[in-house]
Amino acid sequence: MKNTLRQVFHSSKFVVGFVIFVAILLTMFIYPLFNPGNPLEMIGVGTFARPGTYFSLYDAVKTPTETLRLANADDKRLGKQLSDEDRVAIVAWLSAVNVNVEGLDINDTEALLEQWRANYDPSVKPKGMTQAKRNYYKRLDAALKEVDAADTLIIADKNEEGQLEQQGTITKTDYVNVGQVANVKTLPLGTDNFGRDVLKELVSAAGTSIVIGLLAGLVATLIGLTLGLLSGYVGGICDDIIMFFTNIFTVIPGFVLLILISYSIGQEQRGAAVVALVIGLTSWTWTCRSVRSQVISLRNRDHVNLSKLSGHSLVRIILTDILPYIASYVVMAFILQVSSGILAEAQLSLLGLGPKTTEVPTLGLMMNWAMLYSAHTNGSWWAYFPVILTITLISFSLNLMNTGLDQVFNPTLRD
Amino acid sequence: MSKTMLEVNGLTTKYVTRFREDVYAVDHVSLKIEQGKSLGIAGESGCGKSTLALSLMGYYFPPLHYMSGDIIIDGRNISGMNPDDVRKNVLGTEIAYIPQAAMNALNPTRKIYKFIEDVVQAHNPKANKKDIYEMARHRFTELGLPLEALDKYAVELSGGMKQRVVIAISTILKPKVLIADEPSSALDVTSQKMVIKMLRDMMEKGFIQAMIFITHELPLLYNVTDDIMVMYAGQIVERGTAKQMVFDPVHPYSRGLMNSILVPEEGTRDVKLKAIPGTPPNLKKPPAGCRFAERCPYARPACTYNQMPILEFAPGRTYRCGLSVDELREIYRREDEAKGGPHDE
Amino acid sequence: MSDKVIRKDFSNAKSCLRGVGVTRYFHTGKITTKAVDHVDFDFHEGELVSIVGESGSGKTTLSKMLLGLLKETDGQIFFQGKPRDISSHAKLKEYWSGIQAIFQDPFSSFNTFNKIDTVLLDCINMRGGKNLPNEKKVDMMTEACSFVNLKYAELTNKYPFELSGGQMQRLMIARIFLLKPKILLADEPTSMIDACSRATILDMLLQLRDEVGMTVIFITHDIGLAYYISDSIYIMEHGKFVESGPADEVILNPKAPYTRRLISDVPKIHEPWDLSTV
Repeated sequence: MKNTLRQVFHSSKFVVGFVIFVAILLTMFIYPLFNPGNPLEMIGVGTFARPGTYFSLYDAVKTPTETLRLANADDKRLGKQLSDEDRVAIVAWLSAVNVNVEGLDINDTEALLEQWRANYDPSVKPKGMTQAKRNYYKRLDAALKEVDAADTLIIADKNEEGQLEQQGTITKTDYVNVGQVANVKTLPLGTDNFGRDVLKELVSAAGTSIVIGLLAGLVATLIGLTLGLLSGYVGGICDDIIMFFTNIFTVIPGFVLLILISYSIGQEQRGAAVVALVIGLTSWTWTCRSVRSQVISLRNRDHVNLSKLSGHSLVRIILTDILPYIASYVVMAFILQVSSGILAEAQLSLLGLGPKTTEVPTLGLMMNWAMLYSAHTNGSWWAYFPVILTITLISFSLNLMNTGLDQVFNPTLRD
Repeated sequence: MSKTMLEVNGLTTKYVTRFREDVYAVDHVSLKIEQGKSLGIAGESGCGKSTLALSLMGYYFPPLHYMSGDIIIDGRNISGMNPDDVRKNVLGTEIAYIPQAAMNALNPTRKIYKFIEDVVQAHNPKANKKDIYEMARHRFTELGLPLEALDKYAVELSGGMKQRVVIAISTILKPKVLIADEPSSALDVTSQKMVIKMLRDMMEKGFIQAMIFITHELPLLYNVTDDIMVMYAGQIVERGTAKQMVFDPVHPYSRGLMNSILVPEEGTRDVKLKAIPGTPPNLKKPPAGCRFAERCPYARPACTYNQMPILEFAPGRTYRCGLSVDELREIYRREDEAKGGPHDE
Repeated sequence: MSDKVIRKDFSNAKSCLRGVGVTRYFHTGKITTKAVDHVDFDFHEGELVSIVGESGSGKTTLSKMLLGLLKETDGQIFFQGKPRDISSHAKLKEYWSGIQAIFQDPFSSFNTFNKIDTVLLDCINMRGGKNLPNEKKVDMMTEACSFVNLKYAELTNKYPFELSGGQMQRLMIARIFLLKPKILLADEPTSMIDACSRATILDMLLQLRDEVGMTVIFITHDIGLAYYISDSIYIMEHGKFVESGPADEVILNPKAPYTRRLISDVPKIHEPWDLSTV
């Protein structure tokens, strides 16, 4: 046993898979400690807030200010206002008035504006430029000047008589310390279509999906193992009957069966556990088949004959002389079943046949929501890409562990 | 004196296990075979006979690694050549190897003559297919193999026939040295006899010029090879002609082996078999002195720590033991007398 | 003890295991293979019988039938003079207290997950020694181990795979020693182990015969081995016995052509090996 474990942890593939999987598991347990609360709480109003740190504007205004003089602050501020189109237009103007634009980087706001201020003259009419275009440049210049010139913002509030009264001013060099702002919320992965924190949701969903996978894998492996052992060891009519049902289940595409069962159960009854059960009930066939073939090859081994000669009962022979020999194989089958269970859940949910949507998030449901609200067409990558990545990582790590185990237990693959 | 076909000097090779431990399965083996002669290698399983066979090809792949020593085939040193060169220029033409399960190496989807084409074209890409087929027919006739076999698939042949066909294929280019590692152990006695007869024929007709035959069956070795070499724990412990080795073994281990021979002949039932106690040493940590010392009934204290060199005590006869030949023979004589005693009563 | 193997005459001894027309067919699709085809045999009490045959001769199928692991298609087997009844698990268990086996491959004969103690304790339990005091059990195991030149103290808490092939096979014999069945069926017990350890195993089988009075059925393909060890020999070819009788008679004066061919095809030491006959 000790030696086997040593061998298993000598396999680099297994170790890599194991580390990834354990890291995911640890995240699932540790992250909620730092960020407790309901993962389905809608904190955002509106859909798809970008990833980033948010703080209340109201609080920021009321927060004591510090004066900082930062180099390039103006340029950065202006830079945020300048769209890429404006930048290209500026370069077009500059080249139209014969300024050498070679080496001018449109992302270099400082240099661009310097050239602009030096060379823009509303009275110049470059050749071939329409009036509309020249008006656009006038507006652009005015806007830039306004940002440049607005040195002070005045904060005013309505007083008792309904008149505006100045409360304070904000100058360009006023800064607030985020630490002093009362409500700061970091959303590393933004919010989804319902305004829910994607990261929090993702961590919770990964947990649910793994539980679904484990449950489905457990159900499938238990059924497959029991039937495989019986049909392989007992043989005869018992084998015929079990293989008859196994063949029926094999012939009907598992996924179609899955869809039909899921659909007939109905939305309301479909909790995560039910979905896991349904997946498990439709995917035991190949475990059964492969366990059976392993058992058949073991059945004629001399130690089984010896056990028979010692007068041991059928159950005892199966449990002590057959099961331990296929245990490593069953563990590997279980790992694959878990992995395929997670994928099956994702597929089902993507089709809208997953667990009901009000209770828990799952990886498949998150994909489903992202798709329904067109996250993929409006560029809200944070709503679906991390989910895909998580599914991939989980299934990758499980498969890697399986391959590693295979190399340890299957002598023909040893190097 | 005739030409030396194969000469091996101090060949050492090792296995590297999964836990990066070194196992020296062939430890400073030196041997010489002359043209037209055959050498048998005997020993218990795990004594390094099969590893020696693999090592002699000069073609190493993990976990087997070459350490030191020379392999000289007909005056040409092949040790240290790069593996591609060995495959192109040595295997098949200079040296050929037949493992125990050789017959299972035939791809069941191809006809037998295709394998011969492969072998010939690997060394001579321009060879004409018709010529090769003719040559194969000729060789099969000479070896007494049925010509129909050429156009059959491997599955259509019996086990013994497959093994003979494989031997014919691997010697199609007339290699100088043939290494046969238990070529007949998986066969029944009649097929075994046919394989042996064919190997003998090939030696006589000059398709091969020297042969190394490895088996644990001593009666077979006695009937097949000119010389017998006994290996123990990766080392050669004794060498002599087949007759000398069977009837007058000197090393205690060889004697133990020879005492275990059982043949269906008169006299077999009269002598009680004697076993060698114990098991071979672990080659990860070989003993400092004689490797056989802990199982040897005649071992002296010095045997456990003195390195044993291999000594030549008569022309062509070498042994590796702390006791002198005369001492050993005296011990054996007394033992035989004691055993003979009750018989005379 | 003499250095010579003891030989006895068994022609008048009591019958221990007798078979009349024992047959086993295998059906795969429409093809019927006659693995064992109407064989008759009579093994006497305290006799060491060899069944010699090449691979595919049906000797393993026969041994499985003798052990009751495989049902015979036709024919009847008599155990100690009475027809054998193995119709229920309880009766099979009863039969198995009278016949036990050693198999060819020691490496696959043991459950690698059980310790050696488990194997031996199992035998004691099987003989109804479940409630014996612990010291008594240890004594019995020590005795069995010393019978096969193993030390129980060194084996306890070890797993079978930590032993060499020869040691495992000896442990198998220790098991037989504990069970003391009437009949021991040894199916090629020496073919997977080295020539040097072979002698020990054969010696122990002879000891079981001489000291315990066991009937030993020795199944082998090696005619030299069979000649050395047996009192009588049955030669099997294609599911039939082609010749049987006392060992000296069968080997030194073979009558069936198959026996003659078999003997002539085996390499020998003192007589020349005629290669021209193939």
